[in-house]
Amino acid sequence: MMFRKLGLAAVAAATLAGSVAATAPVAAQEQFVPLLVYRTGPYAPNGIPLADGFNDYMQLVNLRDGGIDGMKYAWEECETQYNNDRGVECYERLKGKGATGASIVNPYSTGITYALIERATNDKVPVLSMGYGRADASDGTVFPYVFTMPITYWAGADVMVQYAKKESGGSLEGKKIALVYHDSAYGKEPIATLERLSKEEGFQFSSYPVAHPGLEQKATWLQIGRQLRPDWVFMWGWGVMNSTAIKEAASVGFPMEKFIGIWWSGAEADVTPAGDSAKGYKSLNITGVGTEAPIFRDIEKMHADGKGLADKANIGTVLYNRALVNAFYYTEAIRVAQGEFGTKPLTGEQIQWGFERLDVTQEMIDNAGMTGLLSPVKITCADHEGGGSAVVQQWDGSKWSAITDFIAPRRDALRPAYEESAAQYAKEKGLTPRSCN
Amino acid sequence: MNPTTLRFGIWMLATPLLIATIGLGFQGLAAVNSAMFFTWGYFVEVLIAGLLQGVLYSLVALGFVLIFKASGVFNFAQGSMVLFAALTLVGFIEMGLHWTLAFVVTAGVMVLLAMVIEKVVLRPLVNQPHIILFMATIGIFYFLDGFGQTLWGSDVKLLDIGIPKDPRFILEGIFEGGILVNSFDLVAALVGAALVAVLALFFQYTRVGRALRAVADDHQAALSVGIPLKTIWVIVWSVAGIVALVAGIMWGSKAGVQFSLALIAFKALPVLILGGFTSIPGAIVGGLIIGAGEQVAEVFVGPLVGGAIQDWFAYMLALVFLLFRPQGLFGERIIERI
Amino acid sequence: MLYREAGQFKTSYSADQSIFPIRQDRIALVLFGLVAVLAVPALASNYFLETIFVPFLVFAMAAIGLNILTGYCGQLSLGTGGFMACGAFFSYKLAIAFPDLHIIVVFLLAGFGTAAVGVLFGVPSLRIKGFYLAVATLAAQFFLVWVFNKFGWWTNYSPSGVISAPPREIFPGFAVTGAQADPITKYLFLLAFVALLALMAKNLVRSSIGRSWMAIRDMDIAAEIIGIRPLWAKLSAFAVSSFYIGIAGALWAFVYTGSVEALAFQIDRSFQVLFMVIIGGLGSILGSFLGAAFIVLLPILLNNAPGLLGLRISVELISHLEFMIFGGLIIFFLIVEPHGLARLWQIGKEKLRLWPFPY
Repeated sequence: MMFRKLGLAAVAAATLAGSVAATAPVAAQEQFVPLLVYRTGPYAPNGIPLADGFNDYMQLVNLRDGGIDGMKYAWEECETQYNNDRGVECYERLKGKGATGASIVNPYSTGITYALIERATNDKVPVLSMGYGRADASDGTVFPYVFTMPITYWAGADVMVQYAKKESGGSLEGKKIALVYHDSAYGKEPIATLERLSKEEGFQFSSYPVAHPGLEQKATWLQIGRQLRPDWVFMWGWGVMNSTAIKEAASVGFPMEKFIGIWWSGAEADVTPAGDSAKGYKSLNITGVGTEAPIFRDIEKMHADGKGLADKANIGTVLYNRALVNAFYYTEAIRVAQGEFGTKPLTGEQIQWGFERLDVTQEMIDNAGMTGLLSPVKITCADHEGGGSAVVQQWDGSKWSAITDFIAPRRDALRPAYEESAAQYAKEKGLTPRSCN
Repeated sequence: MNPTTLRFGIWMLATPLLIATIGLGFQGLAAVNSAMFFTWGYFVEVLIAGLLQGVLYSLVALGFVLIFKASGVFNFAQGSMVLFAALTLVGFIEMGLHWTLAFVVTAGVMVLLAMVIEKVVLRPLVNQPHIILFMATIGIFYFLDGFGQTLWGSDVKLLDIGIPKDPRFILEGIFEGGILVNSFDLVAALVGAALVAVLALFFQYTRVGRALRAVADDHQAALSVGIPLKTIWVIVWSVAGIVALVAGIMWGSKAGVQFSLALIAFKALPVLILGGFTSIPGAIVGGLIIGAGEQVAEVFVGPLVGGAIQDWFAYMLALVFLLFRPQGLFGERIIERI
Repeated sequence: MLYREAGQFKTSYSADQSIFPIRQDRIALVLFGLVAVLAVPALASNYFLETIFVPFLVFAMAAIGLNILTGYCGQLSLGTGGFMACGAFFSYKLAIAFPDLHIIVVFLLAGFGTAAVGVLFGVPSLRIKGFYLAVATLAAQFFLVWVFNKFGWWTNYSPSGVISAPPREIFPGFAVTGAQADPITKYLFLLAFVALLALMAKNLVRSSIGRSWMAIRDMDIAAEIIGIRPLWAKLSAFAVSSFYIGIAGALWAFVYTGSVEALAFQIDRSFQVLFMVIIGGLGSILGSFLGAAFIVLLPILLNNAPGLLGLRISVELISHLEFMIFGGLIIFFLIVEPHGLARLWQIGKEKLRLWPFPY
């Protein structure tokens, strides 16, 4: 009996919530985008603003512009719970929907990206892993369907070192830099780059892994704060690890101004749980912060009309903006592809063609009302990273604000590293890199 | 002098000696291995931090012990009870209640939860094997996870009830540079100690407490002298719920109230196993040993092997203890008959 | 009426000892086999094959492994994830180091390697029992995942610690791993492989060694007194169980996801397999399949249900409901039948024997 009642209650709740549904129905003449989201589970605080940003941007394109040159978006969310096998399930479930199947995937999880690279390449669906996933996928000859713009973890590590160098008076000679990282595929990405830079710049580099999920960092921070006493601490953290790290850093008295997180350690959800301790903490960001850009007027208007899909509190947050930029990238790539293939729902293969010819200029950014949200990128057949940059932002206790301009990483040293790593992948997989000439 | 007191006395003397020996060992290692860093001040600092951390583990383990003792159920849902309690508390605080009032209301909610669990889950499963009851609590775990998030959302929430967090230095005269102790950990340890004291008194001197101990000793005998088993179970689950609430406050103000709080149950497992499933002092002593052991291992041994060893080290440590005492340090001796 | 064994006589010992003594069962099995081999690949879309049938078979294998240890030998294990990781990484190293080795040989060798590790971590079971034994297996879980995550050698020094399965063929022209592998080939390969190993497991638990496991499970001291060596029985259970779980891990990494990092074999995985075994039925090979189907299918079903019913619910709520219903169903099933789905099936068969007559 109990269960029957429970079931009834659940159905009642479901019908109630049905009125606020967030997915649009899929019609035949629309460009279909699958959205792999995580609105529940341990990483929901990050997943919700991301998903909201995607929804709002595509809704805005549909309502304000009537679609991309008339071609409307259709999309459907699928909950992955940040879980790799659920991610694969979602991808397989959604890839066949819409007029032409999935046109682009944004997995928003390094693990899911790894799991999807082969599948998506095989299905000819572009994967846009914007600031996560495999850094070496920047080599378009080996990974034709994976795009890493605007910047990879390796390039992010370089930007951090550049910033630390500038703040330390132009030299890192003899300084000590510690890396606190999530002990997973994601967290290990920057180590090789930082080791190389430590030789070039002459700083002493030490790394401290934190076991998943990262609730336990007492020992790590005792080592850093009481034994090593470094000049700078970099962090590759995720989820609860970020706020815990900030708290523990504060509890050993490490100055927040010398503590820089990667762009996944720099959202509102990462600092608010740490309360006042987080004041002064810095992080990289691949997009601009705040709601200054003109596009936010349109978004506000859309919300005022009651057509917005996001939770209003999330508008202008770090991850919401990141999703806007992400959606902007693929919108523009689709626009490029439409120029070649005509205004109709395009296949993943056609959109990949568009991506490889995507040249986001400052003028395009201004025209889209996204001034200050992103830096120009130019994708080519071989270069899927496109030369983007990152800013350093700082938390003042209530909001993030950028404290530098976009800093470009020194890619001349990074590019050979991408190619070397991609070549190893190709060898293991028995792939022949395509020619880009 | 009875043997228990004697044994207690011996261990009180032996423990510092043991710790000093470990310290000396590390000092020796550090002398030959430059990758290792050792000073006595630092060692004591890590040890203290570990002990304080251990009390926080004990808080979670305590909830497990209470329920296991009284109903023989290994309550996998303890972690999500911690999360659920913390979420509810924050929810009420956000509604504008003062945190003390919110605490009382949340405690009420936990009692309600205990009653529902007893009625819906435990009563129909009376007399089933342990593993089935264990599985049922996993069902509760999933249900609470979904239910808590439906009620209060999946956002991360800040819980600040004004516990000081500033680092402070002690014993500056003895060790160079002093020893860093975090005020928050100190407060948390005090709260934990107070909670254990209250529980001990409750179990020892109240009528209900006596009934609880009787049930823990023998369900059937307790029933036959007229102790209402169902009421006792509700009380035990309520007390475990309130312990979960306290644990939730402590961990929640440390790391923010969010989904990952449910995962701290895994930190409590080695504590529980080392101390013995049925012993409240076991949970405390186990927590101290695991807390201190894993921090010391991570700081001094970790760098030699690549770090992040504290998770498995806690279990290995518990395993080593179990090889000598298969029922945990303070667990009831297992007597097997045919 | 239909399901009656009256008139079926057994005239030889081998007939008496057959796995399926009732003719109707054998017919049903053949029909079921035909459906699985012919109808499923013909009718199921790639989505169903890739995300439902393939993981179901992989999990069924893992569940059989755990069921041998926990269900038949009574040793509670929470180290399944760690042993699966062993299988995955062993087979990766073998496949990379010996590219000419046939993929089945790779899987079997990885299974044997995992069995050795399993025996090592099974040694404490001689002294520690019940929930306390869980600690030994949890130590294995955390330690093994740490080892594979920490030491680059296991991943051929890939900078991120992710391994991805090299393409291999089962017969020339039929790839089962790598991106080019056809879902139908994968499915049929898994079906044959799992069915074969399940048959082996079924026979193993009916043999003297299986009976010695069950004796240990029911009461180890009594078993020891009647002459069963606990050392031998327990460690062999650990070995066989780890062998199956190791192969399941290898299949997970190679056939199912294609690329995997050590963190994919976290403790959640161990619990997931344990749920399968308990929900399916402790001490039943059939139960392992039923449990795996339940745990793999139910969340996907719950997640898809609102869409199929035409309800428009936000993914957030679907997911919360999924958790709540999943938890509720676990409790519900335990209350209705604590001995798992396999037991329900058995009761159903008993009822069917008499149907439609009351006696």
